[in-house]
Amino acid sequence: MNVSGAETNAMGREGISVAGLDGEEILGVEGISVRLSGREVLREVSFRIRAGEFTGLIGSNGAGKTTLFRVILGLQPPTAGRVLVAGRPRSARNPLIGYVPQKFLLDPDAPLRGRDLVALGIDAQRPGVPRPSESRRALVEEMLEAVDAARFADTRVGRLSGGEQQRILIAHALIARPRLLLLDEPLANLDLGSAHEVVALLARIAAEQQIAVLISAHEINPLLPVMDRIVYLAHGRAVSGTTDEVIRADVLSKLYGHHVDVVHVHDRVLIVAGAGENTDLAGHEGTFPGAEILT
Amino acid sequence: MSHFLSPIFAPGFFESEAVHIALAVGALVAVVTGVVGVFTVIRGQSFAGEAFSDLGTTGGAGAYFVGVGTLWGFVIGNVIAAGAMEAIGVQRVRGRDVATGIVLGAGLGLAALFLYLYTTEHSTTGATVTILFGSAFAISSTTLPLIAVLSGIVLALMLTIYRPLLLSSINAELASARGIPVRLVGALYLLALALAAALAAITIGTILSTALIVGPAASALRLTRRPLTALLTAAAIGIAAMWVGIVLAYDSYHWPPAGQGWPVSFFVVMLVFLTYLLSGLPEARRRRHAARAAPAAGVMQPATNS
Repeated sequence: MNVSGAETNAMGREGISVAGLDGEEILGVEGISVRLSGREVLREVSFRIRAGEFTGLIGSNGAGKTTLFRVILGLQPPTAGRVLVAGRPRSARNPLIGYVPQKFLLDPDAPLRGRDLVALGIDAQRPGVPRPSESRRALVEEMLEAVDAARFADTRVGRLSGGEQQRILIAHALIARPRLLLLDEPLANLDLGSAHEVVALLARIAAEQQIAVLISAHEINPLLPVMDRIVYLAHGRAVSGTTDEVIRADVLSKLYGHHVDVVHVHDRVLIVAGAGENTDLAGHEGTFPGAEILT
Repeated sequence: MSHFLSPIFAPGFFESEAVHIALAVGALVAVVTGVVGVFTVIRGQSFAGEAFSDLGTTGGAGAYFVGVGTLWGFVIGNVIAAGAMEAIGVQRVRGRDVATGIVLGAGLGLAALFLYLYTTEHSTTGATVTILFGSAFAISSTTLPLIAVLSGIVLALMLTIYRPLLLSSINAELASARGIPVRLVGALYLLALALAAALAAITIGTILSTALIVGPAASALRLTRRPLTALLTAAAIGIAAMWVGIVLAYDSYHWPPAGQGWPVSFFVVMLVFLTYLLSGLPEARRRRHAARAAPAAGVMQPATNS
């Protein structure tokens, strides 16, 4: 295991159910490497996630976040390594994983209300037309309440705002009772207020329902208050641990392969290229997860 | 009774076997095209529907040329076309439109050849008219069982793939993350669309078959927000347009030019178009109401989701 401190200090925050943080392992990513048309996109990425934990997968664009998600979902076979879901190798159709995609474009006229999309989450993979039943209806209602989406559940999904669609998609994923919720850049297209609401909602769901949440983001700060753990991805390699373990100049410098500084300003974190290394920056993605707030 | 209704139903309407068959076929085809059409519109595949209309012409013309039933020509032509579109589309997902366009051009070229050869050989343009504009009143009672079986197959297929198809049509990524074989579901849907287009072509002709697939579905989408209700609404609109169209076409034998009769397809397509225009009214009225209510709300006007 090349991951340090992953198990030693899982309790990054207080006040959250300790039982949850000691919970069973939901996701085990073990030495995953992916090579796509000759380019090494992921190199020996390893980390584990336990029930009830809120984990941020942080990395700039092109760091390999989406590829890692596709591997976890079973849509991208890895070149090496394996993924364990609840202790077992992942199967092709794994109801233990709920997924919320990044891009969601739907014709505003498409005949699909929010509650219809949530109901599809129950058993969309099954053939046939669902028979309406009281228990289905009640389950959908319960999920809509859980994500605070009841008031716009009867609007066509294509006409909802980004934040509203996000909530419906989370309910769609949750209704199948997954143990792990994967969200691909859910904050990317949201304004700051909606982003904070969605983050708070996810943190609450993780704690209340003992679901492991893995959320990818290119900006670290909106997630800082709620993250139990962080998986920091750069150039296809990852370090993981608590925020305090990972967001350190020595750890990140080693990951990036050149010196970076970690600066704390009020409650925020800035990750910037160190002095004398600026000339090097052009060779990399240019922005660091957290550097945006420099402006 | 028949006296009372005679201004609407011309004499002999209820006794004619051709009318009975037309009504039965019309209803079957309307249900199939309605159910399939809603997904055509959601998936934005109207162009593929249009392509089947045109390639049905190739199949129908080929059937005349070889001397088999027109419906077989439509079915075989469209299924081959669906296979070709799927095969060419494999290379690049973004190239689907281009793939369809290329298959289309080649198909119409063949149709031109078949029709030219048939027409010059038989000195009649009957085949061309039947293929392009349909022949609801000329469907033989021996074709009816085949139409019923084909309709049953398409409906059974659509009901089987309903849930996976709905999620795949909404978001392919969401569907594949759930283990739905998106590619296979899409191919099965293309097959259903090909058969639906063939059934539409036998009734109202190849040129107008797209109108029957897309029109009622587009109207239904304006009238309901629920997926299953949309399927039923589209089917109902299709049946209504088809039956009213058949009644009017039957009546039109008494209209000028005397004894000619206007084609069923004309009436059906016009009724479908009219329904589409009317189905926009509820939404337009809601918008007007909203616009009137907005100034009253003053500066508190909420940002609308576009």
